[in-house]
Amino acid sequence: MKYIMVIYQGDAQERQAALSEEEQKQVYADYQGINEMPGVTSVPPLGQPENATTVRVEGGKALTTDGPFVGMKEAVGGLFILEADDLDAAIEVAARVPAARYGGAVEIRPSEVNW
Amino acid sequence: MVATLEQVFREEWGRVLATLVGFLGDFDLAEEAAQEAFAIAADRWPRDGVPNNPRAWLMRTARNRATDRIRRDRALATKLGLLAADAREEVLMNPTIFPDERLELIFTCCHPALTVEAQVALTLRILGGLTTDEIARAFLVPEPTMAQRLVRAKRKIRAAGIPFRVPPAHLFRERLDAVLAVVYLIFNEGYGGRDELAAEAIWLGRALAELIPDDPEVRGLLAMMLLHDSRRDSRFRGGELVLLDDQNRSRWNTTQIAAGRAELDRAIALGGRGSYVLQGAIASLHAETPCDWAQIASLYGELARLTSSPVVELNRAIAVAEIDGPEAGLRIIDGLGLEDFRYLHSTRAELLRRLGRSDQARDAYRRARELTDDGAERRFLERRLTELSATMDSG
Repeated sequence: MKYIMVIYQGDAQERQAALSEEEQKQVYADYQGINEMPGVTSVPPLGQPENATTVRVEGGKALTTDGPFVGMKEAVGGLFILEADDLDAAIEVAARVPAARYGGAVEIRPSEVNW
Repeated sequence: MVATLEQVFREEWGRVLATLVGFLGDFDLAEEAAQEAFAIAADRWPRDGVPNNPRAWLMRTARNRATDRIRRDRALATKLGLLAADAREEVLMNPTIFPDERLELIFTCCHPALTVEAQVALTLRILGGLTTDEIARAFLVPEPTMAQRLVRAKRKIRAAGIPFRVPPAHLFRERLDAVLAVVYLIFNEGYGGRDELAAEAIWLGRALAELIPDDPEVRGLLAMMLLHDSRRDSRFRGGELVLLDDQNRSRWNTTQIAAGRAELDRAIALGGRGSYVLQGAIASLHAETPCDWAQIASLYGELARLTSSPVVELNRAIAVAEIDGPEAGLRIIDGLGLEDFRYLHSTRAELLRRLGRSDQARDAYRRARELTDDGAERRFLERRLTELSATMDSG
C-alpha cells in the first residue's frame, strides 16, 4: 500500500523550540531516521504556512489570499510518502514522527485514485 | 438433537464469513457470497435435509458464488489471477478443512482506525450475523444511517489497508482490549433491557474465550456478563427497575451464575486481576446472599486504582455505605464531580433518603430524573419521589 503521510505541526514547533539542545538533536535525528527508512520517499520540506498564498478561481479570475487555506495551526507542515504492508505498519512509522509527540499529529492518507 | 437451521446459521455465519474474507480479501464480496449461500441453504435444507457437514457446504457454495461473481465481473478479472496464486485457495478446495479466521476478523472489525460506533456495528453484522436493520433498531438509529456506517467502515478497511490478521505480540494486548471494549459496550447497551444485545455480547464473549482460551481478561469479561445477565429476569417488574435488594432471587438464573463463576475461577487460575476479572468477581459477590459488602468495597477500591474511574468510585461508595453507613458513602460521592451522571444523583438521593434528609433527597432524585431518558429507570425515580413526598406530608 502507498500512503501519503501528512504532518501537522500544531504546537510542535513552539514546543520543540523550547527543548534542550540534546532533545532538539533527537528531533532532527528522528526526522533523519524516518527519511532513511525503507519504503519512505521524502518530499522537499514545506516552508512556513505564513508564507503560503492561497488561490481561488471565481468567474474565471484567480483570487489570491495571504496564508494557508485553513488556519495557521491547522496548516499542513510536511509530507512524505510511505510504501508499507498495511495500516498497522504505517501507524508505527507515524508514531515515530516527532511532531506527533509534541502536540502535532500525522494523518495517514492512503493513496487512491478518486476520479 | 438436530440443530435448527437458525442455530446452524448463527454458529456458522461468522466462521464462513471469516474464511471468505481471508480468501477473497474483500468484505463486500465475502458478505454477498455468504448471504447467497445462506439463502440457498434456507431454501434447500428444509426440503432436502441438512447436509452432513453444513459448514463445508456453506463454505463451498459461498466460494463458488464468489468465484462466479468475480468471473462475471471483468473489472475484477485481474483480482482472480491474484487469488489463484493464493495458497488459501488450496485449503478452500479441500471440502473438510477450513481455517478458522474469526479471530482475524474480530481484530479487523475492532481496529482502532475505525470509530467505536463502526467497530460495534461491524462486529454485530460481520461476526454476529445481525442484519443492518436489527443493529439499527438495537441502537435506535435509522436504518439508512446504520447502513451508511457499515458501508463506510468496510470501504475504509479496504482503502486504508487495515490488516486482516491477529496482531503481532507488541500490539496484541492493546488491540485485544479494544475488542473486549466493543463486546462490553454491546453488553452494556443490552443491559438496559434490550436483551438481544446482551445475548449477542455473551455469544461474542464465548466465541472469544474459545478462540483465546488463556487470557484471563477474556474469561473475566465473559464471567461478568454471565453473572449480570443471570439477574435479567428479576431486574424489571412491570416495566419498572427493581434494585438488587428487592429482586426476587428465585428468578435468578442459577445455571448461568454457575457458568459465570466457572469462568471467573478460570480467569483467576490464569493469574488474572485485570479490570474485567475484578468486575466479574464483584458481580459474583453481588449474586451471593448475604452480600459481602466489605469484600465488594475492597475490590472496587482495587478497580478504582486500576482505572482511575470516578464511576467505579461511585460504586465503591455504595458498598462503603452498606458497611459504614450512608454518611460514609456520601463523603466519597461528594468529591467525585460527575455532575451530569444520572447514577451519581440517584445514588446520592438513595443515601440521603436513608438518612431521612428528605428535602435533599428529593432534589437529588429530581436531578437524576432530569438526566434520565430510559422509561423503566424514570418510572423508578418517579415512584421514589412520590413515596418521599408522602412521607414528607405525613411528617
